[in-house]
Amino acid sequence: MATESHLLTVITFLPLLSVVALLFLSSDDHVWIRRIALAASLAEFAVSLLLLRGFVASSPDYQFQENHDWIGSVIHYHVGVDGISLFLVLLTTFLTPVAILCSWQSIRENVKGFFIALLVIETAMIGVFVSLDLFLFFVFWELTLIPMYFMIGMWGHDRRIYAAVKFILYTMFGSILMLIAILWLYNKAGTFDLLEIQGLLQAGHVVFAPRTELLMFGAFFLAFAIKVTLFPLNSWLPDAHTEAPTAGSVILAGVMLKLGTYGILRFCLPLFPDAAHRMAPFIAVLAIIGIVYGALVATVQHDLKRLVAYTSVSHLGFVVLGIFAFSTVSIQGAIYQMLSHGISTGALFLGVGMLYDRRHTHEIKEYGGLATPMPVLMSFFLFICLSSLALPPLNGFIGEFLILVGTFQNHHAWASWAASGAVLSAIYLLWAYQRVALGDVTVEKNKTLPDASARERVILATMALAIIVMGIASPVFTRRMEASTNAVLQQMERVQNASHRAAVANGARAALLPEPPQPSAAVTLAERRVQP
Amino acid sequence: MLLLEHLWIILALPLAGAAINGLCGKRWPKSAVNSVAIGSVSLAFLAAAETVREFSHLAAAQIPYVKSYFTWIVAGPFKVDFALQVDQLTVVMLLTVSFVGMLIHIYSTGYMAHEGGYYRFFSYLNLFKFFMLTLVLAANLIVMFVGWEGVGLCSYLLIGFWFLKKSAADAGKKAFITTRIGDFGFTVGVLLVFWTFGSVNFGDIFKSVSGMPAESMAQMGILTVICLLLFTGAVGKSAQLPLYVWLPDAMEGPTPVSALIHAATMVTAGVYMVARMHPLFSRAPIAMLVVAIVGALTAFYSATIGLVQTDIKKVLAYSTVSQLGYMFLACGVGAYGAGIFHLMTHAFFKGLLFLAAGSVIHAMGGEQDMRQMGGLRKKIPFTYWTMFIATLAIAGIPGFAGFFSKDQILEAVQSGPHANPLLWLLGVVGAALTSFYMFRLVFLTFFGAPRYDEHKVHVHESPVNMTVPLMILAFLSIFGGWFAAPKLVGGVDHFTKFLDPVFSSYALPGAEVAAEVPAEAAATPATELLHALTGVPVIVGILGLLLAWWFYIKNPETPKRLAQKARGLHALLLNKYYVDEIYAALIVRPLLWLSTNVFWHAVDEGVIDAAVNGTASVARASGGQVRKLQSGNARSYAAWIIIGAVGFTVLLLGLLGVVR
Repeated sequence: MATESHLLTVITFLPLLSVVALLFLSSDDHVWIRRIALAASLAEFAVSLLLLRGFVASSPDYQFQENHDWIGSVIHYHVGVDGISLFLVLLTTFLTPVAILCSWQSIRENVKGFFIALLVIETAMIGVFVSLDLFLFFVFWELTLIPMYFMIGMWGHDRRIYAAVKFILYTMFGSILMLIAILWLYNKAGTFDLLEIQGLLQAGHVVFAPRTELLMFGAFFLAFAIKVTLFPLNSWLPDAHTEAPTAGSVILAGVMLKLGTYGILRFCLPLFPDAAHRMAPFIAVLAIIGIVYGALVATVQHDLKRLVAYTSVSHLGFVVLGIFAFSTVSIQGAIYQMLSHGISTGALFLGVGMLYDRRHTHEIKEYGGLATPMPVLMSFFLFICLSSLALPPLNGFIGEFLILVGTFQNHHAWASWAASGAVLSAIYLLWAYQRVALGDVTVEKNKTLPDASARERVILATMALAIIVMGIASPVFTRRMEASTNAVLQQMERVQNASHRAAVANGARAALLPEPPQPSAAVTLAERRVQP
Repeated sequence: MLLLEHLWIILALPLAGAAINGLCGKRWPKSAVNSVAIGSVSLAFLAAAETVREFSHLAAAQIPYVKSYFTWIVAGPFKVDFALQVDQLTVVMLLTVSFVGMLIHIYSTGYMAHEGGYYRFFSYLNLFKFFMLTLVLAANLIVMFVGWEGVGLCSYLLIGFWFLKKSAADAGKKAFITTRIGDFGFTVGVLLVFWTFGSVNFGDIFKSVSGMPAESMAQMGILTVICLLLFTGAVGKSAQLPLYVWLPDAMEGPTPVSALIHAATMVTAGVYMVARMHPLFSRAPIAMLVVAIVGALTAFYSATIGLVQTDIKKVLAYSTVSQLGYMFLACGVGAYGAGIFHLMTHAFFKGLLFLAAGSVIHAMGGEQDMRQMGGLRKKIPFTYWTMFIATLAIAGIPGFAGFFSKDQILEAVQSGPHANPLLWLLGVVGAALTSFYMFRLVFLTFFGAPRYDEHKVHVHESPVNMTVPLMILAFLSIFGGWFAAPKLVGGVDHFTKFLDPVFSSYALPGAEVAAEVPAEAAATPATELLHALTGVPVIVGILGLLLAWWFYIKNPETPKRLAQKARGLHALLLNKYYVDEIYAALIVRPLLWLSTNVFWHAVDEGVIDAAVNGTASVARASGGQVRKLQSGNARSYAAWIIIGAVGFTVLLLGLLGVVR
């Protein structure tokens, strides 16, 4: 991190640069618009892989940092990645070409606008993951909304306007609260820089009163929870997904939901550790409700895309649970689950989209017996379902199991309840698969449906490969996450200690003090092992 | 030590077979698919055999032989290697699985010859072998779980192989979901193991546990909880009460699948797991008792259902559930060796029974209802004789494989350290029922007059690639139990002796002494009674045979009259105690109703969404009102600005005051 590098800037703005290239093309030149967009996104992915080469796994610090004044000397362009954001950036650059490829033929109107929107979202999402300045973060955060709003509203399905407005209002509501909290934080700390704020908090130069901390935590958390679709803030998601075009759903489920979990991990935990600890039991309960409730509601859906949307509520519940269990293992599991949910659910949406391209419906009862006319597509679909229901040794298993193991260390009941989600996921996915793929072909039109085309096979095979790699080679990922995960937990502890010292020094409000910092991060299992 | 070092080869062979057939088999002729499928499993068997040969040269201190290949999962203190191990228990399982599996593969080339999706079938079957061998060779709970879930997946795929049939697709789904309910317990059990021992490796766990004392019958200790949770997984996978419901339905799959997965190998995974985890179970008496009770009850319960079934495969399915119950009964009374022994002999004779039943079905052109059979003895002699031998074996007739293993189990229940007369009684009655329903099956199928239309059904003996596996398994159904034969004449039980290092190495201190006591005890009236009872299982086995002969050959009208007389009981058994209906009424339908009407329509749409949409309409309505403020009058704007500013300041101050 010592060496000045512009790699992150390049990665962040390369998609925007290709937008400029697209602007020069005639709107009717669909072929070249698609080709350029795909080539640009593939180049972007290739460039982003360079991050892996220079990334030092053992370092908990932000790497590839870049820090310049932006607006005056107050707001900085400060970017960097650590083990938490590294793979989320890669997930974004991986899914964007896939999203472009899956829109190859299904998007026919205003093709140029569509691909521009997609690439702008890519820049915005990467920007969110790499920003180390709260203001910059907020700018990118908002920037993700607008193109997605258009994507749903312009290229979506029948009720797209309703869904798009619902999406934007829901998330804007959260954003405003977060903006207030960011400004408030600036007022207190005198800087927007995340690292500086953390430093001030750890040193005890800035101390929040418990109630302030709780409010601030709440403002941030609400904004993120809406994105995550934590129960009961989930009702925008099924609508947004159902109405969005396939690429929109892939990006939405694949990356955008993780902006929320990422934000929680990046801001809520290290900046407001006391509040996080106090709220953890409530949030965990909501997460568990989300796991079970999302799964149960998914089971009874008649609309395939809606069904997949509800599975996200369930899977993201695992992520939130893992984060608020405050253990190294569970948080690594949560990050892993973010990635593998991006792959699996993204792939599920791709499969649903391929069906939609053929039949223009998401109604499950319009399908049935598809394994006969399209064995290849349905085989892939089954494989993706298996990855989503966390079958070992596929990707879904690793994240889910790490979350369970980590959560179980401190909270037996939480983990046990969450584990029941695994049973439910088998129910909704296999039942859905049966109704779509198995049995006789019940609808005449389906008898002649073409099997996966070469383009679709490339997409599906790529996703399948990612599923297998993430299932078998998990240390490649977790080894790079560990240092940063531990760093988050240590920061929490230091900030808590600092605020307790301050509180003691003030000698006041002893009664208001929350319990002493709970042993979280560093506690290894060793202490808990077999008592003879 | 080539193969012992590279245990992964045993796994790689069937996996490669599955991949090759799955990707290319569609375009290949059947002979090519055959060579890949049979070739890979045969090589896997040879590799397993060679591994066992190398294993036999190891010194006792080198056992279990553990080999770790790469780190699969690592996060904080949680580390899982892809590691495999071999000990005596593995050897038994490895040979059984790979050999019986190979025979069934060969048989399938005949049985499935006229089926569509030939390559797909063998691809799944090879994949199953891969996962089953992974389960058996695993050196830690997580790798074992990979195999555990993987065999469940293959079972799902193969039960639903004829997926155009709704019943087949339903059965596959039911199997997967029901076993997953058990896996929920298993997962939590594994979590608790890691929490307690800080490792998931068998070696580490057993080392830690060997220092722990046995828990008492009075209170539930951590080990008891762990064992009960793990056992839940076994209940699902090995189809015990109350999760057995999937196995009879699983008969929708092709018959070789029933033989391999739902009789010989996969369903025994639960027994294997309990035996593997014996150091924990042995220290958890409550869990042991639960295992024994569930086993004995299941053995008895499903035998009663088997009495009246008319579908030849359904009889065998309930019989499998029942026999698995015996294996758990053995584990529950601490006779793990006997349980594994029965697991092995059962793989021989039940595999044979299914394959022979498949041969009957093949001969009858797809008919599975025994009421439409009869008199097949002369027409398909190979099938008849081999099936008859298997029936003698399962009935526990002396000299046949099942006799030795079942006898060991019942003996342990009767006089072992955890003897329990009630469970013994259940076991004995179950044995009598077993003998009865099995001979009923044989008599209905092969004896009497044909009950089918002889002009329409052309009964024919199966081809060689089906009969040869039958004969090999028939051979094993006779001699496969003779390892224990010397014991009858005062010699050594070679099977138990072979497994002894596994089951004694982590035994409780003093346990062996305790085990010896009953044998050494003086001849009191009680022990004399015990000795007298030893022969009972054999007697009831023969009684069952005779009774079946009386019912189905001597007086074929008796069953009907009896069914008429005890109509209620007959209907109860015929409908399998209505358990499926009860589950549907108590669990499935309420859950679906709750999900649809409460969670989805009421909570999601009724409350959450209504609140959101309500807010939106309030906003729109108020927006309509507020719009009137936009009067275009500059002075009124100025006034509003001031009012707004003041109001906002007050609000902010108020808020901050509250905050501070």
